[in-house]
Amino acid sequence: MIAYLARRLVYMVVTLLAVSVVSFIIVQSAPGDFAEIYAARKAAAGAIISQAEIENVRLQLGLDQPWYLQYWRWFSNIVLHNDWGMSWEWKRPVGEVIWERMPLTLAIAFSTLFFMYVVSIPVGIYSAVRRYSIGDHAVSIIGYLGLATPNFLLALVLMYLSQKYFGQSVGGLYSPQYETAPWSWDKFVDLLAHLVVPVIVLGMAGTAFLIRAMRAAVLDELDKMYVLSAKASGLSPLKLLIRYPVRMALNPIASTLGWRLTYVISGAPIVGFVLALPDTGPLFLQSLLNQDMQLAGALIFIYCALTIIGTLVSDLLLVALDPRIRLE
Amino acid sequence: MTVLDTFGLLKRKKAVRRPDLATQWTLMWWKFRQHRLAMVGMGLLGLFVIFSAFPEPISPYAPFERDTKYVAGAPMMPHFFDQDGNFHLRPFVYGRKAGRDPVTLRMKSAIDTSQRWEIEFFVRGAPYRLFGLIPMDIHLFGTREGFIHLFGTDFTGLDLFSRTIHACRVSLSVALVGVVISFLLGAAIGGAAGYFGGRLDNIVMRVIEFIRSIPTLPLWLALAAALPRDWGPLPTYLAVTIILSLLGWTWLARTVRSKLLATRHEDFVLAARLSGCSDYRIIRRHLLPSFLSYLIVDTSIAFPEILLAETSLSFLGLGLREPVESWGVLLFAAQSIRSVDQAPWLMIPGIFVIVAVLAFNFVGDGLRDAADPYSR
Repeated sequence: MIAYLARRLVYMVVTLLAVSVVSFIIVQSAPGDFAEIYAARKAAAGAIISQAEIENVRLQLGLDQPWYLQYWRWFSNIVLHNDWGMSWEWKRPVGEVIWERMPLTLAIAFSTLFFMYVVSIPVGIYSAVRRYSIGDHAVSIIGYLGLATPNFLLALVLMYLSQKYFGQSVGGLYSPQYETAPWSWDKFVDLLAHLVVPVIVLGMAGTAFLIRAMRAAVLDELDKMYVLSAKASGLSPLKLLIRYPVRMALNPIASTLGWRLTYVISGAPIVGFVLALPDTGPLFLQSLLNQDMQLAGALIFIYCALTIIGTLVSDLLLVALDPRIRLE
Repeated sequence: MTVLDTFGLLKRKKAVRRPDLATQWTLMWWKFRQHRLAMVGMGLLGLFVIFSAFPEPISPYAPFERDTKYVAGAPMMPHFFDQDGNFHLRPFVYGRKAGRDPVTLRMKSAIDTSQRWEIEFFVRGAPYRLFGLIPMDIHLFGTREGFIHLFGTDFTGLDLFSRTIHACRVSLSVALVGVVISFLLGAAIGGAAGYFGGRLDNIVMRVIEFIRSIPTLPLWLALAAALPRDWGPLPTYLAVTIILSLLGWTWLARTVRSKLLATRHEDFVLAARLSGCSDYRIIRRHLLPSFLSYLIVDTSIAFPEILLAETSLSFLGLGLREPVESWGVLLFAAQSIRSVDQAPWLMIPGIFVIVAVLAFNFVGDGLRDAADPYSR
């Protein structure tokens, strides 16, 4: 176990390093370096700026050095000093801007994961046990649609419908009357109501996928001989179902937790943007559109790091759950 | 030949099925044809192909033809029965008259049931060049008086139906080119890893795991955002396509690798090697045909993924941009809740996206069943 853990940790660190290089390349990929952008901004504000001054800024920031030294500077600042650079769009440190909004992103991501599994496991079992029933067909139709609909379109449709029929906006995090109100039970309920839509939108495709996987896994198990023998020895159907096939079927479903997390993190920015949530989604897209690459690169690094750590945790959980997994 | 048969275009004798004589492909086709949803999917895809091939004659207007009389107008329903319940053989749309919204005072067209604008078929309209060559001005349908906007118009008075039909070509071709590139990448990289094994295999598998473990959509977005804004439509189109395919090849590479690993020690491979075949020839002539069906299935799964990614990118304004038209570019107009609230029909191109993805998923399911010799 210790050896396995150690190997996984080493692998994780290597992956994180690789991800940080990719993020740095993205930071660098904006046309023009920071000094030129800085100069252009100053010039736009009416200041007169000479070529010498640009060179000075470039020297100060180390932009004349080769890329690996620049990378090291960027990376070591993050790791050693928790310094993520400056966002010129916000005129504030990148770290500050991100951490204000990160908790909401995390809350939405984990609620979505929770939602996906809580919905898909029972529905998948139902679909498998009542195969080819009306309910099963309905579930597969919804599943097909859920996989085919782009997240943002679903978000738009839900927003439009709620605007039209409930006269209430689902965008943002609070209704206008609670925006500045002190915390109260009503405000909390209002917050939850606003979280439901992003969770559904973000979880739709993943849930559809998991339902199909769960259905297939349970169907596979139902045909096996041990089910027949348990049935023959008089176990009640429900007890039998829960105790054997479902338990067996849960493993492959649980083992994809890491991928599902990747998927949720991947879709979160667009959903956050369309629904105008005060999370990192709009922040990320705005930074890309305005080519504020310090911020964008940092966010990409954080998104990737989250999924990598999440995958590790889910793998370890799986080892704890399933004694059959051998740790060579 | 067989594709034509589906539509009953060829007269054929009552086919006698001889499974013992049929080739692998024929067997697969028979099985595929039994999958009803897959056949529906094929039909829909055929329709999209027709749209992409002949957008100009099918749509009543040119994509950038403004109708100043009907700006941000709602979709117009064709009718066969008028208000009094009289049947008309020739379908018609009710006329529109200009007016103002009594509350907001915004210009707003109202339905004028006293006027009937009859829909005519094969009418002359805006001139265009078919395939960019043949000058023509015949459109599949249109009206002689008034106008017809089946999906409504946008805030500048462009006909949404015509634009959606025109956008088929770009949306599907981006996905197609993207799939072809990722197919080539996946087959080459996965093939090399699976055939030569050892250290190369190890490295490739680590890279694939790495790509899989990072959230791809933000990465796509970032790469697309890094494209220079002043690039012309064609370079942007190519660059977006390449970006989309760069991260989509991993599934295919894994399939190719695992199939190659499973088959490379078979006797027939040894026999081929002993008779002096080169590595390339063994892969191409002996190994590839044995798992080509799996590759086709995987490709049909990659297609909708790339289509959805392109739509999302363009919707956010980071992918394709006007004057290139894809469904995602059209949806860009529906980005804010305010415009969706005023003109919900701007979301119609999204329906096309959903239908196209569904069609591909159905065909993919059918192919998977057909390609698996053990499925019942």
